[in-house]
Amino acid sequence: MIELKDITKVYGKGSKQATALSALSLSIKKGEIFGVIGHSGAGKSTLIRCINLLERPTAGEVWVDGVELTALSQGQLQEQRRKIGMIFQHFNLLSSATVYDNIAFPLRLIGAGRNEIEQKVKELLALVGLEEHWNKYPAQLSGGQKQRVGIARALASDPDVLLCDEATSALDPQTTDSILRLLMDINSKFHLTIVLITHEMHVIQSICDRVAVIHGGGIVEQGEVAEVFLKPKHEVTKEFIRSETQSDGPLRQAIDAVQPGYTKSVKITFLGQKTYGSTLSQVVQGTGVHFAILHGTISTIKDVPYGQLIVRFEGPEGAVEATLTELIAQGLDVEVIL
Amino acid sequence: MDFSTINWEEMLEATIATLKMIAISGIFTIILGLPLGIVLYLWGKSNNVIIRVVYSVLSFVVNILRSVPFIILMVALIPFSKAIMGTSIGVLGTIPALVIGAAPFFARLVETALREVDRGIIEAAQGMGASTGQIVMRVLLPEARPGLLAGVTITVVTLVSYTAMSGMIGGGGLGDLAIRYGYYRYEKEVMLISVALMVILVQLLQMAGDRLVRHFTRK
Repeated sequence: MIELKDITKVYGKGSKQATALSALSLSIKKGEIFGVIGHSGAGKSTLIRCINLLERPTAGEVWVDGVELTALSQGQLQEQRRKIGMIFQHFNLLSSATVYDNIAFPLRLIGAGRNEIEQKVKELLALVGLEEHWNKYPAQLSGGQKQRVGIARALASDPDVLLCDEATSALDPQTTDSILRLLMDINSKFHLTIVLITHEMHVIQSICDRVAVIHGGGIVEQGEVAEVFLKPKHEVTKEFIRSETQSDGPLRQAIDAVQPGYTKSVKITFLGQKTYGSTLSQVVQGTGVHFAILHGTISTIKDVPYGQLIVRFEGPEGAVEATLTELIAQGLDVEVIL
Repeated sequence: MDFSTINWEEMLEATIATLKMIAISGIFTIILGLPLGIVLYLWGKSNNVIIRVVYSVLSFVVNILRSVPFIILMVALIPFSKAIMGTSIGVLGTIPALVIGAAPFFARLVETALREVDRGIIEAAQGMGASTGQIVMRVLLPEARPGLLAGVTITVVTLVSYTAMSGMIGGGGLGDLAIRYGYYRYEKEVMLISVALMVILVQLLQMAGDRLVRHFTRK
């Protein structure tokens, strides 16, 4: 659906040059929710603006739905942009127009008729739950309501792609969750491809199918969210996930504490239905192996449950090793720490 | 002070003449200054080298017109006024000078008001596929409306003082009256009343302008 090929973006000239993106390539599938996470200054804002050419890349090609946007004339580009909706961190609504007129804006741009506009705007107001507020001005709305107007406006021209530029960063956690739920609904209802950028792992974990980690103007890691989240490889990714889960100082101490006898500390990852199963206690039963749970998390990635336990096994060496082998055989992911 | 000698009929006529000059020159100032201000705004942020050069030239011309004292501009424009209006005196004769004096000033106010429009809103409109014309008509002008109205108010008030000055070169209205009677003939009563009327006029205009600005402010 979206192909970025060797995108390079350089700002400024001469000695003041700054490279925001360097030869970045990315491929986003139709209908998925794709997240890009990175620190501020990593280039994620530039990246998302390159998709609809609000920022024109210095080099490289942008393809959306089989059309090379970078090769189009200004007029053709304007046409294509109507198929790409965008929402923003600061909403960017017309302060001089009502909720109704804001949502009608993209329709008026293409010269839609009065009846068509009214029907479409009413549908969208219902979709985002703002029917009662149609006649208010943005200044009279809360942040969450403003973002709902932004979403309705972005959907007015029936786009195939929705770009979300830090869409929840200015909202409180509760409002963030309601907006994310709305985005997920829209994604499944209209098969809309959603690209979002964020600096919050929570956002990625809540709604994304795939994720790319951007750092220093390039993608350092990408893949299925569960894969990247549970087994991060790059240092930056690990950092994002750590900030989402725990500080590992005390945990390290617990793992390193000397124990009598044969022990083994492992990280066990459960995914899907296994998360709520009793695999662990079943496996150790009757083996003479005991275990202590040093740390544990149970949560969800999008709608998929996962659990991550750090467990120390104690017992006869052969029995401990056999237990680990059996856990792997049961389909759990086991990583030996110490 | 003896106000009994004042010719009230003449005072009324002069007031009407002043109002006429302000109205006509005000309209032409907006017709000329608004597009000029929009063009200054658009060209001012272009990356195109040629447009940047054109912008610099235009900006320079606007600055020159704004820095020439109005009284000198007025005198300098006498032949021009005569050419296009057929006369250089009276209500009609002063209109070209008033417009050329006020339009560049108003254009700058327009440019400033447009620059106040949130960059993000323009970006959002571009993202929705809006053309430059659509952005001007549907985003910039509505969003800048309070600022533009404030600019119109300031410009019209400036025009009041310009019309008064035009009395020096034979323009009509209250300024002409104040200069002819008050300055040349030492009839300070006429001068006093004329000035008082202009003060009232400015107050009314400012109040009306402020009210409009408040009405259209949504932030």
